[in-house]
Amino acid sequence: MSSPLPPDGAPITHFVSAEPFDPKSIDKLSPIQERVYLASQFRLMWWKFKRHRAALVSGIFLALIYGSILISEFLAPYALGDRHADNIYMPPQQVHLFHDGKFVGPFVYGTTYHLNMDILKREYPIDRNRIEKLRFFCEGDRYRFWGLFEARLHLFCAAEGSPGVFLLGTDRLGRDLLSRIIYGTRISLTIGLIGITISFVLGISIGGLAGYYGGWADIIVQRIIEVLQSLPSIPLWLALAAIMPVDWSPVLVYFGITIILGLIDWTALARAVRSKLLSLREEDYVLAAELMGAGPRRIIFRHLIPGFMSHLIASATITIPTMILGETALSFLGLGLRPPVTSWGVLLNEAQNINVVALYPWLILPVVPVILVILAFNFLGDGLRDAADPYHTAW
Amino acid sequence: MVAGLPDLLRVEDLRISIAIERSGLEVVRGVSFRIPSGRTVALVGESGSGKSIIAQAILGILPRVAKVTGGHILFRDEACGGNPIDIAALDVNGPEMRALRGGRIAMIFQEPMTSLSPLHRIGNQVEEALVLHRDLDGREARTMTEDMLRLVGFADPHRAYDMYPMELSGGMRQRAMIAMALICHPALLIADEPTTALDVTVQAQVLGLLKDLQERLGMSMLLITHDLGVVANMAEEVVVIYHGEIVEAGSVEHIFRHPGHPYTKALMRAVPEIDAGKPKKLVSLREIEHVIPQSMRRDRSGADASAPPLMKVRGLTKSFTIQKDSWLVGDKRRVLAVNDVSFDIRRGECFGIVGESGSGKSTVSKLMMRAMSADAGEILFDNGSLRCDVRALEGRDLKKFRKRMQIVFQDPFSSLSPRSTVLNILREPLEIHETGTAEQRTQTARELMALVGLSPTFLNRYPHSFSGGQRQRIGIARALALSPDLLICDEPVSALDVSVQAQILNLLKKLQAELGLTMVFISHNLAVVKYVADRIAVMRKGRIVEIAPGDTLFVDPVHPYTRKLLTAIPHADLDHRLEFPDRVDEIVDEAESWDPMFRPGGEGELRLVQVSKGHYVLAREEFAEDRATA
Repeated sequence: MSSPLPPDGAPITHFVSAEPFDPKSIDKLSPIQERVYLASQFRLMWWKFKRHRAALVSGIFLALIYGSILISEFLAPYALGDRHADNIYMPPQQVHLFHDGKFVGPFVYGTTYHLNMDILKREYPIDRNRIEKLRFFCEGDRYRFWGLFEARLHLFCAAEGSPGVFLLGTDRLGRDLLSRIIYGTRISLTIGLIGITISFVLGISIGGLAGYYGGWADIIVQRIIEVLQSLPSIPLWLALAAIMPVDWSPVLVYFGITIILGLIDWTALARAVRSKLLSLREEDYVLAAELMGAGPRRIIFRHLIPGFMSHLIASATITIPTMILGETALSFLGLGLRPPVTSWGVLLNEAQNINVVALYPWLILPVVPVILVILAFNFLGDGLRDAADPYHTAW
Repeated sequence: MVAGLPDLLRVEDLRISIAIERSGLEVVRGVSFRIPSGRTVALVGESGSGKSIIAQAILGILPRVAKVTGGHILFRDEACGGNPIDIAALDVNGPEMRALRGGRIAMIFQEPMTSLSPLHRIGNQVEEALVLHRDLDGREARTMTEDMLRLVGFADPHRAYDMYPMELSGGMRQRAMIAMALICHPALLIADEPTTALDVTVQAQVLGLLKDLQERLGMSMLLITHDLGVVANMAEEVVVIYHGEIVEAGSVEHIFRHPGHPYTKALMRAVPEIDAGKPKKLVSLREIEHVIPQSMRRDRSGADASAPPLMKVRGLTKSFTIQKDSWLVGDKRRVLAVNDVSFDIRRGECFGIVGESGSGKSTVSKLMMRAMSADAGEILFDNGSLRCDVRALEGRDLKKFRKRMQIVFQDPFSSLSPRSTVLNILREPLEIHETGTAEQRTQTARELMALVGLSPTFLNRYPHSFSGGQRQRIGIARALALSPDLLICDEPVSALDVSVQAQILNLLKKLQAELGLTMVFISHNLAVVKYVADRIAVMRKGRIVEIAPGDTLFVDPVHPYTRKLLTAIPHADLDHRLEFPDRVDEIVDEAESWDPMFRPGGEGELRLVQVSKGHYVLAREEFAEDRATA
């Protein structure tokens, strides 16, 4: 018999495979399995993360935008406080490539200024005869790069002799919005990082305490968390922000705000740490270490923390956006950062008035980077969270 | 021979691939077999052989990474017009497949604890398929559901309908699962390891029930298992699968009486038997070649009977508090998990503890290890140089004592930290006790790998790259790192395949002899314990009901519970089939049916009574006298 399958309905016959038999073949690994099996956990996580397209793209986007805060001065065409008195409330200029069907390269059309006396609105009609080609890697305003040396190099500047180029328009003082958004990135993105560090430290230590010792420590921590989470966050921020002395310098205010955000945000993290600790403690390998005579410190640092670090990083990634949003909200309400410190929230503060939004809609453009960054963080966090459990897929 | 009815299911040259890192790995390679109407076909193979994935393909519930790449699954069902339907070609979420799944083909899963939703009543869950596949009004559906519940052995189906899964024992849950699968009277029932998670006595009941139901409902059954004992008792045709290919197929007579393929033969030799007499040496398919380093070799000095026992356990008691009844009243109830347990462990012996789930056998091991503290009793340890009461140890003394006693866990997946390399895992105990320099520790780790027959080149790998058996060997190596006097093995092979199980058992036996180890071997499987243990204690509900030397226990079991355990084990032997009782219903308390000599409660204390040398039984005082006169 060469087949184990008898004809339909016929009684079964005895089939014995004549194929050569290797009792160890099932243990042998294909080259792909070999690669997977030899990989460390970090490797597995990276492979899995790579497969999450949105997270990968988000990660690259965030890396770029964080990288940009190192070279904001170079990227921004103007300095943070540069005023262009002739171009107050100028709308965004459009970058063109072709003029009359001919390729010119990136340029903007020149504008003229004219005050509409009927509605008292500044108008900047486009003059299609003036082609102002953008210059790249050009000399512009002076700045001190990283406070180390003088530099004038900018990514792009307006054409020689033109009053300026304002790709995202200007505000009521004639300051270039694009430059201000680029500078604001610095504050808005770092506030999330510092805040998350604070909440990380608090979350791990308090949650770890509750999870490892359990009992009363657990009950007290749980109740504190519940109380904190039941408070509406905006009034709480407001109250805490109001405590900060008015005469603090903007830098002190900046740190004050990060600490406030961190102090309030640790609760979710502490809960995650606690529940993860509780479940990891049940694992046999933790019991095995205990039965070998390992003390609590060794168990916590060698077995428990590595076990949930990846989860923590993932959940931290998801909480950074709430920090950024918190700062934006506080600053928008005027209780967070104050000029001259510029964050996206501070920029949006300018767009509080419906009048402003109706007449100069480009002033709400700083929400675009806020939305993009928050989305990117969420995607990234999602991908990280999936990757954090590399063993939960069938390989 | 007359050709009978056409086959219900014909699997022809089935091929299934799993996507790994964008390339496919063929896990089922041209498998063909058939399931005749009204018959039981067993699909036998070890884990990784592809048997479960075939079942998933038949039901159209393959995981997303897997894909049928070739072949046909032809299902010919009278109720569907008798024309063969190729399941492999159907859309898995389409209406035809959904009509088949749960309606004509049903499945019962291995894990009764997690296969039922804890939030819904038993009745609702059983009824669901009925509501989905047939147009019935509520009252009719309920009647049919209760009928089915009665059929699977619920004594009071009306009450059972409104119960939640957590109110049922494992065996009753498995019955509820069976009711759920059978409610639509499917033509084919796929049972994937239906009894692996159950105790032997419950297993026998469930197997009997399945056989009974199959006859009544005239359905076919595909039984997927690695337990040859179950196969011999249930199947009419057997298909042996190895590494995605069928190596042998035939009637149960063919396979068990004249196994033809070396793999089938190896499987047969790997099953421990419980017949009387000295156990035959198990032959594992893949024997481990291990090297005992000179430094670890120890003579069995403790083997002489005059030496004091390595461990004396006296009157050990542990109870757990469970919150019962309503949460408002908060009525606390105490359950005795270990009740007045006493035994000795002699130096150099292997002491077996057998019991079903909930018997307290694992709790005993945890109390001995001080992973938990006992309520009362003594645990005296004496290895000649160190004498102590384990219960009284604290701080540094406890840490020092930990070196003397180590444990091998049941679950090879959770017992090794996924974040550490094997090297770090094996070095850890030495680091904790600050033994040797870093190089010496690495050297010891290499020796330990050789000790369990693994290549030292694996030291840099992570646990996920090992199979269950290999992981268990790493677990054993870790437990031996501190050269303990006493090794506790808590169900070390229950999560492993038969062929791997034999390998591990042989390794443990050899290590015990060559390293002069004393072992406590805990298992629910009598045959396994018989193979390794010198003396065996049988536990039931927190008490030891019988202690005897291995051979005596199987020749002359005295306690009714031990006898029942022995008769419930399915043999991989066609001449010793299980006697399935006519009808097995819910059992209130089996102890009620015991001889008054053994029955708990009533007059007189139950205590361990000696019946012969080294053979003790939990009974009343008079029992020994009665037996002596009789």
